[in-house]
Parts: sequence; structure tokens; C-alpha cells
Amino acid sequence: MNNVNGSVVGSSSGSGDGSAPRRNSKRPKYSRFTQQELPACKPILTPKWVISVFTLIGVVFVPIGIASLMASNDVVEIVDRYDNVCVPPNMTNDKVAYIQNNATDKTCIRTLEVPKHMSQPIYVYYQLDNFYQNHRRYVKSRNDAQLRKRSQANETSGCDPEKRTIDGAPIVPCGLIAWSLFNDTYIFAIGNKNLTVNKKGISWKSDRDHKFGKDVFPKNFQSGPLIGGAKLNATKPLSEQEDLIVWMRTAALPTFRKLYGRIEQDLNAGDVISVTLKNNYNTYSFSGKKKLVLSTSSWLGGKNDFLGIAYLAVGGLCFFLAVAFTIVYLVKPR
Amino acid sequence: MADGERTAFGDLLRPIADPPVRPDLISLSASATAAASAAVDPPHGSRSEADRLGASLKELADADARIVFVGDPGRTDPGLALPGNAVRTAKYSFLTFIPRNLFEQFRRLAYVYFLAIAVLNQLPQLAVFGRGASVLPLAFVLLVTAVKDAYEDWRRHRSDLVENGRAAPVLDPAGSGQFRPRRWKDLRVGEVIKVLADESIPCDMVLLATSDPTGVAYVQTINLDGESNLKTRYAKQETMSRLPSITAGSVTTLIRCETPNRNIYGFHANLEVDGKRVSLGASNIILRGCELKNTAWAIGVAVYTGNETKVMLNSSGATSKRSRLETHMNRETLLLSAILITLCSAVSICNGIWLAIHRDELELSQYFRKRDYSGGDEKYYNYYGIAMQVFFIFLMAVIVFQIMIPISLYISMELVRLGQAYFMIRDKNLYDESSNSRFQCRALNINEDLGQIRYVFSDKTGTLTENKMVFQCASIRGIDYSEGKDPSPNGSDVYCVVVGDQFWRPKMLVKTDPKLVRLLRSEGETQEGKHARDFFLALAACNTIVPLIVGTPDPKQKLIDYQGESPDEQALVYAAAAYGYVLIERTSGHIVIDVLGDRQRFNVLGLHEFDSDRKRMSVIIGCPDRTVRLFVKGADSSMFGVLEKSIDLDIIRATETNLHAYSSVGLRTLVVGMRELSRNDFEEWQSTYEKASTALYGRGSLLRAVASSVENNLQILGASGIEDKLQQGVPEAIESLRQAGIRVWVLTGDKQETAISIGYSCKLLTSEMTHIVINSNSEASCRKSLEDAIAISSKFVTISSRAQNTITGSGSARVPLALIIDGTSLVHILETELEEKLFKIATVCDVVLCCRVAPLQKAGIVALIKKRTEDMTLAIGDGANDVSMIQMADVGIGISGQEGRQAVMASDFAMGQFRFLVPLLLVHGHWNYQRIAYMILYNFYRNAVFVFIMFWYVLYTAYTLTTAITEWSSVLYSVLYSALPTVVVGILDKDLSRRTLLEYPKLYGNGQREESYNLKLFILTMMDAIWQSLVVFFIPYMAYRDTTVDGSSLGDLWTLAVVTLVNIHLAMDVFRWNWITHLSIWGSIAVAVMCVILIDSMWFLPGYWAIYHIMKTGLFWLCLLGIFAAGMIPRFTMKALAEYFMLNDIQISRELEKFGNFNDFTGTEISMSTFSQTHPGFIR
Repeated sequence: MNNVNGSVVGSSSGSGDGSAPRRNSKRPKYSRFTQQELPACKPILTPKWVISVFTLIGVVFVPIGIASLMASNDVVEIVDRYDNVCVPPNMTNDKVAYIQNNATDKTCIRTLEVPKHMSQPIYVYYQLDNFYQNHRRYVKSRNDAQLRKRSQANETSGCDPEKRTIDGAPIVPCGLIAWSLFNDTYIFAIGNKNLTVNKKGISWKSDRDHKFGKDVFPKNFQSGPLIGGAKLNATKPLSEQEDLIVWMRTAALPTFRKLYGRIEQDLNAGDVISVTLKNNYNTYSFSGKKKLVLSTSSWLGGKNDFLGIAYLAVGGLCFFLAVAFTIVYLVKPR
Repeated sequence: MADGERTAFGDLLRPIADPPVRPDLISLSASATAAASAAVDPPHGSRSEADRLGASLKELADADARIVFVGDPGRTDPGLALPGNAVRTAKYSFLTFIPRNLFEQFRRLAYVYFLAIAVLNQLPQLAVFGRGASVLPLAFVLLVTAVKDAYEDWRRHRSDLVENGRAAPVLDPAGSGQFRPRRWKDLRVGEVIKVLADESIPCDMVLLATSDPTGVAYVQTINLDGESNLKTRYAKQETMSRLPSITAGSVTTLIRCETPNRNIYGFHANLEVDGKRVSLGASNIILRGCELKNTAWAIGVAVYTGNETKVMLNSSGATSKRSRLETHMNRETLLLSAILITLCSAVSICNGIWLAIHRDELELSQYFRKRDYSGGDEKYYNYYGIAMQVFFIFLMAVIVFQIMIPISLYISMELVRLGQAYFMIRDKNLYDESSNSRFQCRALNINEDLGQIRYVFSDKTGTLTENKMVFQCASIRGIDYSEGKDPSPNGSDVYCVVVGDQFWRPKMLVKTDPKLVRLLRSEGETQEGKHARDFFLALAACNTIVPLIVGTPDPKQKLIDYQGESPDEQALVYAAAAYGYVLIERTSGHIVIDVLGDRQRFNVLGLHEFDSDRKRMSVIIGCPDRTVRLFVKGADSSMFGVLEKSIDLDIIRATETNLHAYSSVGLRTLVVGMRELSRNDFEEWQSTYEKASTALYGRGSLLRAVASSVENNLQILGASGIEDKLQQGVPEAIESLRQAGIRVWVLTGDKQETAISIGYSCKLLTSEMTHIVINSNSEASCRKSLEDAIAISSKFVTISSRAQNTITGSGSARVPLALIIDGTSLVHILETELEEKLFKIATVCDVVLCCRVAPLQKAGIVALIKKRTEDMTLAIGDGANDVSMIQMADVGIGISGQEGRQAVMASDFAMGQFRFLVPLLLVHGHWNYQRIAYMILYNFYRNAVFVFIMFWYVLYTAYTLTTAITEWSSVLYSVLYSALPTVVVGILDKDLSRRTLLEYPKLYGNGQREESYNLKLFILTMMDAIWQSLVVFFIPYMAYRDTTVDGSSLGDLWTLAVVTLVNIHLAMDVFRWNWITHLSIWGSIAVAVMCVILIDSMWFLPGYWAIYHIMKTGLFWLCLLGIFAAGMIPRFTMKALAEYFMLNDIQISRELEKFGNFNDFTGTEISMSTFSQTHPGFIR
């Protein structure tokens, strides 16, 4: 009983108080990261900054706008809508019947006048209006595997409803896109001299090399009861069917142009081009328009004033804002 | 001390150097043990109240009792129905991980939405995306969460493995009496287990024997409740004496105990040994998680094992709350759903109209091809009539536009909160040196609520104060001794005990009054001196403190460390030691006190525990001079009732005056009384006491009755004043909070005077405040005082409203009001119709002080505010009595301090000091709120822009939901292209520096007024989103109209434009650019470009090589540049205008931070005036 109870401990382990030496302190280690003190820059929209930003945008945008407008201005573009005029007058009431009748001759001659000198290359486009190449039913109806490899000819998934023939043979190329290939043709002449249209290289090289196989040939194509468009030369591999390749790069918008070919010679102002075209393609069933377009190009592409105007507008607005802010800062300083 | 004189009690009391234990003493010390076993003197009433309830209400019925055969696990648990001792904190196993984790995750409604959409997409008619692309985002989110869960669970598995694999010596059931080591997980109920010193206790066990002959064992419960002091536990004499036969298995011993429960402070059982029944209480059980200290060994029988142990039952997970911002966010999510449905309806209706108009053309138009001829019979291809088509389009539109509801936001928010928690935990300003504790984030989903607090409800003891009690002054027989001076640590005036050649010194130094010291030492024989000696003897004896002798580097010097559960008692014993009454030993039967150098042994004959009814405790001591004395100490209110008033009336008066003086300077007071018991008195007491303490039913109330019967006619010895020291920095913290527009309410169990004085010392109350005091005893008087208070307050408010026109915060122009209300009044007010009145007054008062409140009332007061206002509440406390309040408040903060860990366990956040509240709320709260708010808005905007771009495009696809943007890009958009920057900005961006936020607490108002996230901002952001989507869509649309552009190329342009634009938008809003922000924003754009390039390098996708083609054209780059400028101009302009004209405090502070002076500002703005109120020095 003499033994003092407490002394049994004899060590400091019994002490839970703060004064005992601490072996593992939980004190967070200091670093600029953990204390959220990383060096940082703190931008503030001071008047100086605001005015300079607006001025800068204005300074950059207005010249670009002017350059764009000039580029667009330099482009010479001839657009000729022919779907309505290339129907014989007696058939205008039933254009669909006209276009569906294989027996009638669809040849149509159009004359175009060159308004300004056009330097080569002159691009020949056809333009379809109201043709929804981006329609969900349409845009999905293709099979890229089949187009690429001969061995994958049976791979027709996604190609509904142009998948297989009635006998069940796979269609190559399958799908609505290929089936509806545009088939109007154009022959150009100035006076008696034919204008050669170069149709080589109108598609993307990447498509020809990797997307459309060199050993894939059309098979069972356009053999159904409803003909959607062009037939393909079954002896030419798909990689050489450039019209198809162009067509199958589906357009983003319901009104689009597709490259038909290039005229590789200059045209002079006042030249009259006669175009002999075969009006084969049915756009009458959905009141779509067909246009033939001849256009030169600039560094910015075709004729389109929008970007120039937009840049001028934005640039102008920025100048205005810069001035407005300057006035505000001067008139009503804090 | 006179000795040798035989009193009427015979040789009941003996000198200290008397080694043999006399047989006649056994029974006495046994009964004392029994008394002590029931004696737990808690620091606060609540715990003992719980015990008392447990004792009186829950008597053991056999039906729900567990019967344990000691040493015979087979009989205890024949069917192996009880769980083994293996613990399992891990949630999953290898097999159950996937199903259980998925189940847990899908409890989120948002995930169900995305699952439904993914399932919808699998239907062939609706297949908008490919299989992979549609499931990817959901799979990604699920995967990230699953990996996080798996990692956490793996860590739990590991710790479980370690825990379960530990070994403990177990009695061989074969009866050999040998202890063999066994792994913890194999332990079973009924087995007899030996625990050695400093070892952890493997399961909850009833003590059978210990190395101490009286059966005492000391345990440290730091893992259980965080209390570092030692607690005494006792083995019953009945089992102690029969240990050999119990271990040999020759005696059947059985324990009938209550079923497992989570009350760590209570235990009810009885022990049957040799047909004799002994009752067991909380002091006979040692719990898993504790460590045996100071005791060579202890043998016990396992009663609760594994997951049924009290520590496991108490380890509840973090509370799940939903933040205010998230609730608002859900409102906006509903709005977005409405927009989504509108968009989908618009598309589907337009599609129906389109189909109707073009009805006749569908047959032949090449792009529609209504019929499928390939099957032979002509059937419709994928066409089900207009109505069906409209319906399908609607569903498809939901799939396409699904990201209008940002799925990635949920995962980003989790990541951001995790990051914010990381920084809060790592913040060195939230680290408490004294308790070596970091900030703890227990709830991860309410970080941003910290930035919106308007009310803080604080406990006093242990929260505002340190709960380290220091004895300050004494009033002995009416004479005040408060001229104490601080001792020098090694000075000669420190009282030491000389033991052999060693000096034993109390660990804590207390200042002593030289007059009193002189009185004790040299004038002991005077009447005054005798009273003083009795007073200090009472302080040294009337407690449950255990002295521990602790070594110091100096071998000659030892420290006496007083361990006990009540800090008040510790303070008193240290005080007694400083005055020369050094408690140096305690066993269950006696204590040894060094009385001014003379070691004396006192037998502890009886002990009446503290309870909150009596509000006092008492001991019966057999003194060396063979007198038996009863020492009582307790609260003044309870003590004055049991004092002998006939003789000492003037002394009582004087003491009362002193007490008033003490409590008015914020001291906690206790009154000490004494009575000498005659032999008759003692014997009478002894017999009733023994009867009560062995009673099986209603033991608690019987013991209380015994105590009350003996505690009367006391002679007053004096009173003590103990200082409850304020924590460091509390007044400054309260001032900061007040400036931040946060109302601080203090809810305390202390009495009114103490509460008010603490209120003054922590600057909660100031002298210019008008006090409204409500302390009434009946409902009627409560009503009256409330009505009076309303009258007073409305008078003041009308005066002040004329003087002041702004409403933000408490203005300086108004007369500040303070409401002081006590618990008795609250009984009549809370949960009655008077509540409304109280609310009315309380909300106009600047300070509310509630004293003498019970734990549930604390929660009631929090509910008073929470129910009636939208304001966010925060409760902060440290003790078990604060738990209800912490759980009730929107944000609960636990102080990991002196009292147990219960408050921490119930809290959302835990920290070491009250003053950390200031950096927590003002800095982290502000940041978190601003960051999350911005992140939510940004995520809504970001996804809306994308959806609107797709929507505009759909208008040009005959409403058929074609997307120009590849499906992979639209899936990756919100998880890869633009996700990381929002997370980084959400974690790292700071609108203001820590210094500024601390310097100008007013800036906190930003969160209180919900300025960073509200409906107006949401609508503005959405309008901006629509504008930007128009720009992104229509600039390329117009520029590429009538060209050969293909869908993929234009889609790539739109993708890159929108990704860059939203990242630039974010970049424009970043406040602070550090290298991580730069990396994430510009990196994201680069990643998006790379992904687009990668996607366009896949030959099997329609967009093959498109990006290479379009990137070669000048038009592409001009479009991008134009989009950025045109898209950003409105926002930039608005920002410039707002920063210049709609000045707010944050803007001013940002400029101040950057430019370092206020010269630019003339102080004419309104917001400047609120700013200048607190900092007039800034306006020149």
C-alpha cells in the first residue's frame, strides 16, 4: 500500500498535456501552394486597359474587313439558275413527270455572259437549294468501311434503305448519299471552241487515298425500282470516281455548292459561254433549285461580303466604344 | 495533527505507514469502491443527466439482456450468433464493390437522368449518338467516383487488416489457466482476456481483476472521446478475490448486461458469482479503443465484440447536408430543364410542321426517301407517321441537348470541394499549436456555406474560453483572499513535496495569496487558520482526481499531474497543492495528502457523485485524527440551501457578497461546506448507503436520496473563484465577425452574472449597449417581459431608422441592444406562441446571450432562427451538450479541445480554436462561396452555349437533329475540352487576398447578400450564352453560305470556336493568374485542338481530314478571330462598365490591393460610405 499509485507510470507517456515534447506535429508544411500564395498576376480593367483593348481590336479589325471586302470584290461569279428554265414549256405543270421520264431528251442550252475578266482557274460548281444533305436520315446512310476495302463489300450497316438489292446482294456504294449522286452534266463552249473542264483533282486527296478504295468497284448500284441519281462506271474504282467522292462529302447546309470541275483558262469580259447541260437530276419533287456557278477565287474563297462587313462592323463598334469610354472616363471620373 | 487518541470509531482510521490491510477494513473499502464506482464527476451536467436517465429508466429486463458466461464463450454464444471481434470499417469487398458502389452513386438523381438518356439512346429509332459516345460521360463520372471510393475503401481495408491481426492473450478455455495469444478478430464474447500496461483494449470487457490489489485500473480514452486524462475503472472485489477459481473454470460466473448500445458513458449489468449478485456500472467496463495505463495488467471478460463495441457503434460517418448554393443551383437546374424542354418541343413541333408541309415530297426527295424498296414489298423506311415522328424527335432532342443539364458540374463540384478542403486543412492559420490539431473537413459538401453565414451560435465554456480552469481567489469564512501573485516557475515560493531525496512539484502553478499562505503556515492554531486549513483539506479531498507522478529531465524532480474528468476539480486540487495541501496518492479506499510537509492518510469512506439535480458532490473522509467528516462542494444556489444558517449568517452574507464580486469578473464559483459526522450519523448513513449501492433497481435515485439526506446542516468553509480563461484572440475574433455582419449569439450553461462578465471580457457586450434582460419564472411574466422588450427595442429601432438609411449590417448610428435571456424563461418561450415575440426581439438585438440553457434549448434557439429566416446559421461548440445545436445549424463546427470528441463527431468542420472562425469564414468561406458560385454559373453558361449552337444548326437540318459537331466532340466537350479550367479556377482563384479579407470584414457581406450567385446573374449569364452561341453559329454560317463547305469542316470550326470562346470567357473572369491557371486554360484549348485533329484522323469517321483542309484556309482563321471579338464584346463592355460604375466593396478592395492607395477615388459612391464607416482613414 505504500506504493504511490501514480509513480507506476514513471514516464511521460501518461501526460496528454500540451507541454510534452511532440514527436509528430501535424503542423501543415509551409509552401506557397498550400497557403494559396502562388505568385499571380491580377488583371484589372482600368480605363487605360479598356480603351487600349477596344482600340486594338478596332485597329486590327477594320483593315482586315477592308481587305476581305476587296478580296470578295475581286471575285467574279456567274450564277445561273436553270432548273425552271430547262423544262419544256409544256411540261412546267408536271416537272416531276418530265424529269422521271427516261425517254425524253434532257438537253438544255444556256448562255452565260462573262461580266468581267476571269482569270484561271475558274471553278465550276453546281448549287442545290433546299437539298438537305444534312438531313439525319440522309447523312447517316453510308458505310465508310465498305467504301474503303473490297473485302468489306458486305458491310452495309447504316445504309438503310439502300443497303441491298431486292435479291439481297449488297450494294456498293451503299446508302442514300451515294444513291442520290448528282447527275447533271455540263459542256462549255465559247463560240465553237469547247472549254475544257478539268474534273481531275476536284475531290480531297485524303479522301481518294484513304477513304475510297482503289480496289473497290461499284456493284449492284442504282439497280432498284427508284433511281436516285447518277449511275457509276462499274469498271472504275471508287477512288477515281471523283464526282462521287465530292458528293459524299455531305454539305453542312441545305443550300450548297459542289465542285464540278475547273476551267483552266482565262475568260474575258463579254465572252459568251454556251453551256450544254443535261438536266437529269430530280429536284422538282422537293422544289429544290439547281444553279450553275462559275467563279474565280481569292485568298478568302468565293464571293462573300459578309465577313468584310462583319469585321468592319466589329472594328467600327470597337472604335466607337473606345471613344465612348474615353469620353465617359473624362466626363464622369470617379 | 493530534493522533493516538482513540475516538469512538476505534481503529477505523490508521496512520499512513500501516501496511497490512485489516480484514475489518475490507468491507469498508469495498463499499467505498462501490460508491466510487458510481462516482463519475463530469464537467457538465449533461453527461451525468444521461447517466441518470439510463439508470432510472433502463432497468435490466432479462428479455433484452445479454448473458455472458465468464470464460465460456461456447455457452455464452452457442449458435455463434454474436459477431466476432473482427471489425469492418470498409464498405465494400471485391465482389460487392461494383453493385454496391453503383447503387450508392445512382442515389443521385442527376445520374439517373443521364442513365435514362443513355438507355434512351440505345433504342434503334432514337440512336443519336453511337453506343460508346452516349455512355461515355456517365461512365467517366461513375468511374472517377468509383476510383475515389475504391481508394478510400482500400485504405480502410488496410487499417482493418492491421487492427484485426493484432494479438491479445486469451485464457485457454480448456481450463489450464494459461493465457495464450490470439488474434483480435478471433476473440469471442465470454472469453477472458488479459491486457498489459500501455496496450490497447481489443473489445469492450468487464474488468475481473487488475494488478492493483484494490482492483483499480486506469485507462486513457483519447481514441474514444479525445480526453487525454486517465479515467479510473474498477474490478469488483467479488471477482478479484475469486480470480483463480474463475480462470480455472471451477466457478460459474455470469454477467447479465444490456444489449449493445452507443452510450460510451453508461453501462448496465449485473454479475452473478457463486449465487451472489453484484451490480456493474460504467466504471467496471473498459472499452475498445482505450489504452490501459498505469496498471501492470488487467483481466476482463469480453462482453461486446467487433462492430458491437461502443467505439464502433459511435463511429458514424460524416453528416450529409446540402449547401444553400446547391439548393439554389437545383432551382436553376429546373429552369434549365424548362429551357431544355422548350428547345426539344420547338424542334419536334417544327419537325412536325416541316413534315406536314413537305408531306407530298417525302416520297421522292432523295434526302428523305420515305420508302424502302429493298425488301421487295415497299414499306416505309424509318417513318412512322407525323405524330410518332414528332414524338421520336422530341426524345432525340432530349438526347442531343442533354448537356444543357451539366453532368460534369456534379463531378467538378466534388473535385472543387475536395480541393478547397485540401487548402483549408493545409492552411497553417487554422492549425492549433496547443492541441496539435489541423482543421478537419468532415462534411465535404457545404464548403461554400461558410461564406454566407449570418448567425453564429457559440458555446462558451471550451469554445470562447479554454476550459482550462485556473484557481484565482478564495473566500474563506467570508474573508476574501484575492491578492494572488504569479509564481515564478522555479522560485522558492513554489510548494514542493519532499519524498526521500526527490522533490515533487505540482505540474500547474497557481498564484497564491501571501496573506493566506502565512495564515496557513504560521497561524494554523488560530480559529481563522483552522478554517483555512479545513477549506484546503476540503479542496484536496472532495474530488475524484487521480495524481500521477511524472518524471522530468532532472532525476531529482518529479511533477505531480492531476488527472480527472472535471477541469474545475483539477484547478481546485492544484490550488490546494499550491497552498500546501498536496494530494499525492489515490487508491479506491484512501487518499494520501501531504499536509504542509506532513503526509497523512485519509480513508475515503463514501463518495456522492455530482449530479445536475443536486449540483454538488460530497465525500465522507475518515481523518487521521479519527474524526469522520463530510465535505461538500457545489454551486452556490444549491449550497446555500443546505448550509446551517443559524450560526454563520453573517459569514454567509459576506461569502455571498464575495461570490457576487467573483462572478462579476467572470469567475466560476463553487461553495465548500463541511460537517463532522457523529458515530450515529455515520453508521446510519453507512447502512442506507450500502443498501442503496447494492440495490438492483433504482440505484441511482436511491443513492441520490442518501446523498441528500446527509448533505445538510453544513458549516460554510468558503468559496472559490476559478477563472475560465478566454481563448487567445476571442475578443478580436468576435469584433471581426461583428464587422462582417455576422451576429454572434452566446449560449451557455453558466449563470447570468458569469455569462455577462464573459460577454464583456470577450467584447461581445460593450458599455454603450442597452441590455434587455429576461429572466422570468412563469409564462405570464415571460410574456410581459417580452412585450416590454419589444416596446423598448422598437423605440430604439425607430430612432435609429431615422438616423440611418442603409440596411446592411449593424450600423454605427444606432444604439446597440443586447438581449440576455436565461434557460428558465426559454422553457416558457420555446415551442409556444411566445417564440414569435422572442424572434422579433432577438433579431433586432445586436447581441443575444442565453445563460443557463440546456442542450436541447440550444438547438431550440438555433431552430428559432433557422425556421423563420433564410439566413444561414453556424453553431460552434466543444462539448457533448453542444451536439444538438451543432446538428441543428446549417453549419456545425466542433472545437477539438478539452472536452470529449462528441461535438467534433457531430460537426461538419472541426478546428482547435474559436478565433479560427475568422479566417475560416472571412477568408476560406468567402473564397469558397465566390469560387463555387462562379463555377456553377460558368458551367451552366458553358453547356448552354454549346446546346444553343447545336440548336441553331438543327434549324437548318429540317429539324432532324443532325449535329455538325462530331458526337465525340460533343461528349468530350464538357468532360475534357473545358472541364479542367473550371475546376482549377474553382480551387485556386481568389478575388481578394487573405490580408485584405481579414482587414476589411465587411467584404464578407458579398456571400451573405448572395451577390455571386442569384437569379439575376443566372439570367444575365444565360443571355450572354445565347449571344455567344449566336455569334459562334452565325458568323461561320454567313461566311460559308453557298460554298462547298462540308458538315464536318464547319463542325470542326464550331467546335474549336466554342471551346476557345468559353475558355477565353473564363480567362476574362479569372482574378488571379498563376502558372496553374495559365496551364489549365491554354492547355485545355490545346487539348481540344489535338482531340479534334485526332478525331479527324480516323478514316472511318465522315469528317476524315476535314480539320486539315479547313485550317489551311484564311476564312477559317478570320471566322475564329471574328467570333472571339464579337462574342466577347458585350461581356467585356459590361464588365468594364460594371467595374467602373457599379462599384462594390470587392472591386474597390481589388484595386486597392493592386494599386495600393485610394487616391483615385473621391468617395462619392454609396458603397464607399459603407466601406468608410469602418475605415474612415481611407477617404481623404
